[in-house]
Amino acid sequence: MIEKIYDAVVFGGGSAGLAAAARIAGQGHSVALLERENELGGILNQCIHNGFGIQRFKEDLTGPEYAERFIEMVGELDNVSIFLETTALEVTPGTPHSVFAYSKRHGVIKIESRAIILAMGCRERNRGNIGIPGTRPAGVFTAGLAQRLINIDGYMPGRRAVILGSGDIGLIMARRLTWVGVEVLGVIEIQGYPSGLTRNIVQCLNDFNIPLYLSHTVSEIRGQDRVTGVKVTPLEEGKMVTAKSFDLDCDTILLSVGLIPDNELSRKFGVHLNPETGGPFVDGGLMSSVPGVFACGNVLHVHDLVDYVSEESERCASFVVEYLNGDYHTQHHPIVSGANVKYVIPNKYLPGMTNRFYLRSLIVKNKAELVITLQGEPLKRKNLAHVQPSEMVSFLLNEQDLSRGSESREKKLEVSIY
Amino acid sequence: MERKMVCISCPLGCRLTVTWEDENDVAVKGNKCAKGESYAWEEILAPKRVVTATVRAATGADRRLPVKTSAPILKGYIPALLNRVYKLELRPPIVRGQVLLKNIEGTGVDLVATRTLRESV
Amino acid sequence: MKNNIYDVAIVGAGVVGASIARKLSAYACDTVILEKEWDVSFGVTKTNSGIIHGGFHYPTSTLKGRLEVLGNIMFDRLQQELHFPFRRCGILVVAFTVEEMKTIEKLYMQGVENKVIGLELCNRDRIHSLEPKLNPDVVGGLHAPSGGVIEPYRFVFSLIESAKKNGVELRTRFNVVKAEKKKNHFLIHGENGQSLRARYLVNAAGLHADEISAIFNAERFEIKPFKGQEFLLDRNAAGLPGKVVFPVPTTVSKGILVIPTPEGTCMVGPTSIEQKDKEDLSTTQSNFEMIFHAARRLIPKISERDIITAFAGLRPTLKGNDFYIAVSERQPKLVQVAGIQSPGLTAAPAIGEYVKDLLKKAGLVLTERSDFDPYIAEVPRIRRLSPYEADALIQKEPAYGEIICRCESVSEAEIVAAIRRGHTTMDGIKFYTRAQMGRCQGGFCSYKILKILQRETGMSIEEITKRGPGSNIITQRVGDLSVKAPPAAVTGTEELK
Repeated sequence: MIEKIYDAVVFGGGSAGLAAAARIAGQGHSVALLERENELGGILNQCIHNGFGIQRFKEDLTGPEYAERFIEMVGELDNVSIFLETTALEVTPGTPHSVFAYSKRHGVIKIESRAIILAMGCRERNRGNIGIPGTRPAGVFTAGLAQRLINIDGYMPGRRAVILGSGDIGLIMARRLTWVGVEVLGVIEIQGYPSGLTRNIVQCLNDFNIPLYLSHTVSEIRGQDRVTGVKVTPLEEGKMVTAKSFDLDCDTILLSVGLIPDNELSRKFGVHLNPETGGPFVDGGLMSSVPGVFACGNVLHVHDLVDYVSEESERCASFVVEYLNGDYHTQHHPIVSGANVKYVIPNKYLPGMTNRFYLRSLIVKNKAELVITLQGEPLKRKNLAHVQPSEMVSFLLNEQDLSRGSESREKKLEVSIY
Repeated sequence: MERKMVCISCPLGCRLTVTWEDENDVAVKGNKCAKGESYAWEEILAPKRVVTATVRAATGADRRLPVKTSAPILKGYIPALLNRVYKLELRPPIVRGQVLLKNIEGTGVDLVATRTLRESV
Repeated sequence: MKNNIYDVAIVGAGVVGASIARKLSAYACDTVILEKEWDVSFGVTKTNSGIIHGGFHYPTSTLKGRLEVLGNIMFDRLQQELHFPFRRCGILVVAFTVEEMKTIEKLYMQGVENKVIGLELCNRDRIHSLEPKLNPDVVGGLHAPSGGVIEPYRFVFSLIESAKKNGVELRTRFNVVKAEKKKNHFLIHGENGQSLRARYLVNAAGLHADEISAIFNAERFEIKPFKGQEFLLDRNAAGLPGKVVFPVPTTVSKGILVIPTPEGTCMVGPTSIEQKDKEDLSTTQSNFEMIFHAARRLIPKISERDIITAFAGLRPTLKGNDFYIAVSERQPKLVQVAGIQSPGLTAAPAIGEYVKDLLKKAGLVLTERSDFDPYIAEVPRIRRLSPYEADALIQKEPAYGEIICRCESVSEAEIVAAIRRGHTTMDGIKFYTRAQMGRCQGGFCSYKILKILQRETGMSIEEITKRGPGSNIITQRVGDLSVKAPPAAVTGTEELK
């Protein structure tokens, strides 16, 4: 068996893994980057639409263009070893950590490293998870799978489609399906408001006169061998009103009903997972409960903007470098979610320096306020023009903000939205 | 005349209110930047969109090449453009940014590759 | 084959038909097995719960009782020969009251009478030590170490592979629609114009056994489908038990069970609801709460959050309380094997033996073959190997290193093995390899499997199906449909909330 030693192993060659690998290697450490597909780029490869990189590069890029910038960066670094078509199946946490990576070309490679970066991304919630009753015909796809088939393979999933879920993936696919000649009968959304960006409602639905059915759900899938239609049922006060159901004849259903961080490898390391995010609990340096095992990107928590993924991953990488240099911070204090906040990441902060956080709101509100408190006393406030659960909020706490609370013995911060 | 719309130039999605008497007298309110104003203008007079799509690439594998228009293009031209794009077949190597169709319908907008495709193995 | 006439034709390649075929393959007998679906086990067997029952439910004066007990003990040897996933993990029937313990005692006595080995009446301490996840309110129960779990479709695939290896012919996509009785054989017609001749007929057609019986002008009876819905739970589910857990049975049903599978996942169910349609496999929401309530009563940690998927199957029920396995009185060269619901899976190997004997009684002369090979090659599964064993295997066969399904750790070599054994639908590959069965339900592996299928079979992408004609996955390629101008598009205005 081939045995190799690297300073760090990055699981996943998507946006998070690429950014982390580039930063760690750029600081002089050896990195193994493991990717199960036959190309780098991750999910960006199939996101052929534009809207990426506006924050990061001040340009409006497509997914592949954004990915290629990082792929080129990584390609120029001699100390990044890229393993394509390679899947890690077994790991042994320890000092150092061991990883067994499987590939056609090399067999099983045993890799030892002191730092592990989890960047495996997420998987899609599927029909089984949400339990749509009915038959089990061909023609039911998760939106991401349909996107992959259309944009990378050139395969069309059907001719007449209904999309469940008005998140950005569902909206983008409404346009993509229309642009390959599929008739999209409607987008069905269980909430009373669309969960994707308004710009996507305009350019993906309104542009094509595709109806958006708010406060509705798909209550049954029909069709013996292939989908023949769905039953759509409205909700009133959160309850299905079956009497008002109607049918939509279609041969394809796309499900855009949520993403789940894919932490199976994390479990194998023994990492503690946070039920609020689906990803690992992490400290101020984005290190998990297992020493030397870090996490960034969608595996940590589901992001909306790839720009934030790159930022978070580079930040994580800086801490990995400190860890490898033996300089990792020993003091971390807790930060927890307060009123109207679903979660805040990371779960700890580092005293005496700038910390960046990401959080999700539980409420929809215009002119909201983000408040960070210490024992009830506000340390920082930030005005937010608009919050909704599907738009991640990013905020900074710098030394000055933190110094306001330096007198107190209690160190736990709470983040709330009002 | 008045019309409400949402600017799609960036993810912020400013809600705009556009009022006008004639072409010379357009007022845009609600935009946070200059892009919003020009978007509103165009949206009323000649709405345009950036088009992204994929092209068949002759690599032996079923792997399509993603492409985009270099700038927004008149909505009316989009279906015909897509049908034309789907008839193309490209041979590698293709470089990201390479022009594949020049000056679509005389609009000055090109179709460019958004990914690099190396020689097939 | 003499005069192009088979000795035996078996209608139905579910677990019953496959067991009979494999048994007959040990004899000098020209056997053909006919299956109307694209692949074997795609009927009733596919959705079977996979339980090998403990042999204490029925008296051995019944066929159900006798064949269940006999079948149960045949599984260890079968697994050695055929390598299907099987775990003799044990069954518990649990009681919550003194009244229920009385029923348990009756089951125990039945088991003792049936000469089942190892049965144990358990008190509270004993039963909880056997299964620590049980509801603390359980007061005692029955422990049957002879009980176990298998993957029913893998069992059928391996039976058929073994039968074919020993000369049995399999004809899929052969839906029997007409039969003519000739002087000394049947002329059998398939829906797609196929025909063949056979001297003896075994009717193992599951849900359609009544229709086949009518086609062959044998007995008239009615198969009534009873639907059973089940949920599949993640292998990380906190409520995953070590043994199969039953409540005390009622006269109507064995109840809602919690069933660990050989591969480490868990199932809860099944319901039992009569319906008219033999094709309707739809699941409903209404059963959901009832099933989980009942499952949690047995194992409190069972949670809906762990659901991977739901599915339903149909039991072929027949009036009367027993299997109908007999030489037809109206059609003397036909053996009826109908109404095989629970414990049909457990009894299947013994049904194979029994039907072989019935065929002999009906006049078929059977001589044992000296060259019968009971073994089939075991296909290595990368997930079962240590990394070192895997490395050695990949050096010899690189396709074992290409992991296609990451949820269930399935390699390309296993998928190719499935395809080369005739499993050329997405479901067939799923049942043979477990790819697409895991938590992502095919989200990350489907597009790879589609490519492998095209490469191995030469099928075009539009020809690939989920489980046979009509269930195509991809309808056409990008560019095949022309893009039209949208209807009076609304540009940028909105009525947004």
